[in-house]
Amino acid sequence: MTGARPRVDGPAKVTGAARYAAEWRAADLRHAALVTSPVPAATITAVDTSAAERVPGVVAVFTHHNAPRLRPPVGAPYGGRLPLQDNRVHYEGEPVAVVVAERLEQAREAVGLVRLDYAPLSAETDFRAVADTAVPTPPARWGPADTTVGDLAAGIAEADVVLRAEYSTAARHHSPIETSATQAEWRDGVLTLRDATQGVFNVHAVVSSALDLPADRVRVLAEYTGGGFGSKGYVWPHQVIAAMLARELGGALRLVLTRAQSFTSHGYQPPTRQRLVLAATAEGRFTAIRHDSLSPTSTYGEYVEMTANGSRVAYACPAITTTHRVAPVATVLPTPMRAPHEGPGMFALEVAVDEVACELGIDPLELRLRNHAEVDPTSGKPFSTKGLLACYAEGARRFGWADRPRATGSLREGDQLIGWGMATAVMATMRFPAAARARLHADGRVVVEAGCQEIGTGTYTIMPQLAAEVLGCPPEQVVLRLGDTALPRTGMTAGSSTTLSVGSAVTAAAEALAARLALLATGDPTAAVRLDGIELTVKNGAVEVFRLDELFARLGVDSVAAGGSWEPRENQRSMHTFGAVFAEVAVDVDLPVPRVRRLVAVYSAGRIVNPLTARGQMTGGLVWGIGQALLEKSTTDHRLGRFVDKNLAGYRLPVNADVPDLDVAFVEEYDPHASGIGARGIGELGSVGVAPAIANAVHHATGKRVRSLPIALEDLL
Amino acid sequence: MRDFDYVRATGSDHAIEALAARPGARPVAGGTDLLTLLKDGIEAPEALVDITGTGLGAVEHGPDGLTLGALATLSRVAADPAVRASHPLLVQAVESAASPQLRNMATIGGNLLQRTRCPYFRAETALPCNRRTPGSGCSAVDGEHRAAAIFGWTGHCVATHPSDPAVALSAADARVRVRSAGGERTLALDELLRLPGDTPDRETALDHAELITAVEVPALPAGSRSCYLKVRERASYEFALVSCAVVLGVDGRKRISQARIALGGVAARPWRLVEAERALVGVELTAVPVRAAVERSFAAAEALPGNAFKVEVGIRTAVRAVLTAGGAR
Ligand SMILES: Cc1cc2nc3c(=O)[nH]c(=O)nc-3n(C[C@H](O)[C@H](O)[C@H](O)COP(=O)(O)OP(=O)(O)OC[C@H]3O[C@@H](n4cnc5c(N)ncnc54)[C@H](O)[C@@H]3O)c2cc1C
Repeated sequence: MTGARPRVDGPAKVTGAARYAAEWRAADLRHAALVTSPVPAATITAVDTSAAERVPGVVAVFTHHNAPRLRPPVGAPYGGRLPLQDNRVHYEGEPVAVVVAERLEQAREAVGLVRLDYAPLSAETDFRAVADTAVPTPPARWGPADTTVGDLAAGIAEADVVLRAEYSTAARHHSPIETSATQAEWRDGVLTLRDATQGVFNVHAVVSSALDLPADRVRVLAEYTGGGFGSKGYVWPHQVIAAMLARELGGALRLVLTRAQSFTSHGYQPPTRQRLVLAATAEGRFTAIRHDSLSPTSTYGEYVEMTANGSRVAYACPAITTTHRVAPVATVLPTPMRAPHEGPGMFALEVAVDEVACELGIDPLELRLRNHAEVDPTSGKPFSTKGLLACYAEGARRFGWADRPRATGSLREGDQLIGWGMATAVMATMRFPAAARARLHADGRVVVEAGCQEIGTGTYTIMPQLAAEVLGCPPEQVVLRLGDTALPRTGMTAGSSTTLSVGSAVTAAAEALAARLALLATGDPTAAVRLDGIELTVKNGAVEVFRLDELFARLGVDSVAAGGSWEPRENQRSMHTFGAVFAEVAVDVDLPVPRVRRLVAVYSAGRIVNPLTARGQMTGGLVWGIGQALLEKSTTDHRLGRFVDKNLAGYRLPVNADVPDLDVAFVEEYDPHASGIGARGIGELGSVGVAPAIANAVHHATGKRVRSLPIALEDLL
Repeated sequence: MRDFDYVRATGSDHAIEALAARPGARPVAGGTDLLTLLKDGIEAPEALVDITGTGLGAVEHGPDGLTLGALATLSRVAADPAVRASHPLLVQAVESAASPQLRNMATIGGNLLQRTRCPYFRAETALPCNRRTPGSGCSAVDGEHRAAAIFGWTGHCVATHPSDPAVALSAADARVRVRSAGGERTLALDELLRLPGDTPDRETALDHAELITAVEVPALPAGSRSCYLKVRERASYEFALVSCAVVLGVDGRKRISQARIALGGVAARPWRLVEAERALVGVELTAVPVRAAVERSFAAAEALPGNAFKVEVGIRTAVRAVLTAGGAR
């Protein structure tokens, strides 16, 4: 039942049968297009929409003069400012007007004819140039801004080697294939949104509160979401705009962001500047770790990239200090991007560990083993489960790490310098409350319902597997309905939380259904049931077999349903996933463009429900990490106050030719603490630790230590 | 994207006539560049004259060399056995360009006339850019210019020409045959593609209603060796940071008897390393003397702060390409 199961939605996606937010038809569909600010900070001094309004097919043009008034949204993270409410601009790309037309081309044409005058205000977009940095107040589940355990000064004093270094990572954009889109319909006082989102309930909360609509008059649907990577987690102005204008105009309205707009409309991974102090004895015991992080936030809201979080838990060390500061800049609010926090953060820590290993002349894997943390060194709590030692061992075996020569530049093939590097991956486990419902029909069909999302990770495939495991039936007998705020409530599909959270609720619902069936069939809810087609076998001392149609007819019901829910509870455990990533790179001696030749990654992530979809997540994460290490970077032109390249020619994502042989494995594990099904989260873990493993391999190949991402050719000349 | 008229030309005369009749008309071949420019509002022609039906797509092979019809697609050029046999550097350049899907549509004529990838020129909204909006200034000189030119640029424009095939064609001494109502003429690539000067918006020597009909590629000198080398961060599907095409004669004592070298990604057109070509004659095929000769051409290189590294990358790319062509790598 659980185990390798190919994606059930694969054929629908490949053939185009799967319908995404902007693919729903409506007879009265209109198209909205955004006018965005070309300057990063300004007051709008004049508005002239007359030329735009004269374009044939244009229905209306909205600016802050005539847009409906909105209320401050509550109940879910909202990443923007309220759109079209005042004459202020806080970032380049902020929506300042919206055209609605019968056809998309007409709307686009009119966008170019909306005249807005701006009185520019001074704007800083370079976070390193901001003098007034602030102490952030992160959400509780991310931990506090600063932590300290032990005596840092004493740890440094007692060390034989003290590394002090500064690391940086680039601004990056999520760039899912599906640009964000919302189709909003207002009919009979009810607002229905089909949205490209990672959280239908988030959208529901923000839209209903901003539009001041009762909760039961708003419904948000997302049958498929074409990738998100964090960009569709928070709610953003375009979703509010679509909802607000559908209500204003009535009927159906579709708003699809252009690729260029997707660079300014739903956040980005902020660049980071990280300062590390790593102190160790000659024997390779860490005595002090200090990790200070600075990243930008917007001038109108707060987001903090918790890059030092990984350093709080990664290694046994008596003194650990971490701090996070934010610098407000005139951009859209940064937001989580696969993998937030530890993604950029473990780059700094894991390169620092490699540097100390080189300094001490200790094998980098051996140094990590010597500092293995048996308990969370900051909280002092035991880990829920942790199989990192097994990851190191299995990864090293698969990679052949034992044959690695210590000296840099010692592996060479013709013009290619070869390097081997490794890194540890650590990622906090995020958990959300979830509810689900399971219904058995007389024909044997089990319909599981949970309002979660399918963003490409395999939700449609594995939730039925979990329910089938409880009911004893083949997974093909179970279908999942998701992406609908009318269904039982779940959290957003973010923080690698869906399998463990929703999966626990689905399991609970299936268990409740089994108990109910047992009760109805035999009067004893504890009797064991097994479903196969329309046969229900109940074991209660004796074994009895029922035909569902007969049983249900006798009971006078069409179907039998039960609900279940799951909630994360405080349990005095530190919950993290772990991994060991090994990389081989080749760097040409003269034209030093690093190329990854192979990656081996072994993970400790609790129970793996479906090795196929899990492997898909991890290989995707590794590819993501190759992008972070070698390609992805959004450059800002600080004079113009904008991202320079807002397209996928300038923003480089890896292509197949950049992706070598990827060897992924999991250690056998069941986590009884993190969830109801033995699982922790995996989706983002795969992109942690890849960049430092590659950077360390580049150092091993070339002797050049690069402390900023992405590693560029000019860094290695 | 604005509405435009669409004319499907049935032959080159018809195309030239249709263009001449409409001052705001532009020819469209594969459309892989022009349509993007239209959608982003970078170009807004009143009419498109579709030239894909003009029958100019043949690839011919004779004793003097190749004639590539302007409408031959990149896939067609690279798949042609005669081209593969006679001009492997051109095949290497073509196959390193874009993606298979794009190469199925992209024509060799359109490839030479594709416009720069400078991010300011390509922005989704009009930013200061003298190529896009004459007189508006150049954002790249004081802005992001990592990929900008190191040869032949001015303060008006530091953009580069993005084509791979053009670089190979330049090293092969190809000429471009063009036709207008006034008749036919042929141009060297250096004549077809203009340097920015103070009018970077005037990118080519073509008149309105003048069509490229073919590219004539002379046979490479007997016994010569060649190579096309492309340096880029992404392993595929990316324009060159720097590229180099080399045609080399090597004598019996492993000395260079003749060299033609063109660099891509360094100027508004393929950049022939004329001084290096001269200095290489008689030079032994090893790294040190080849580098010394190549450096002669880089005395004229001028970089901005953000692309200074491209001078060294350019030198190394040329050295590697020469050594590879000569069989010393
Ligand atoms: C994502 C992407 C990646 C790419 N990567 C590369 C790369 O790595 N290397 C590379 O070299 N190229 C690359 N290209 C560019 C691609 O090769 C060109 O777009 C293509 O060759 C243009 O040919 P076309 O026939 O489509 O031209 P069109 O788009 O039809 O026309 C381009 C221009 O040429 C004019 N024109 C076309 N034919 C004629 C003619 N016969 N006479 C007069 N004028 C004419 C048109 O009016 C227009 O101005 C890439 C393009 C894309 C979209």
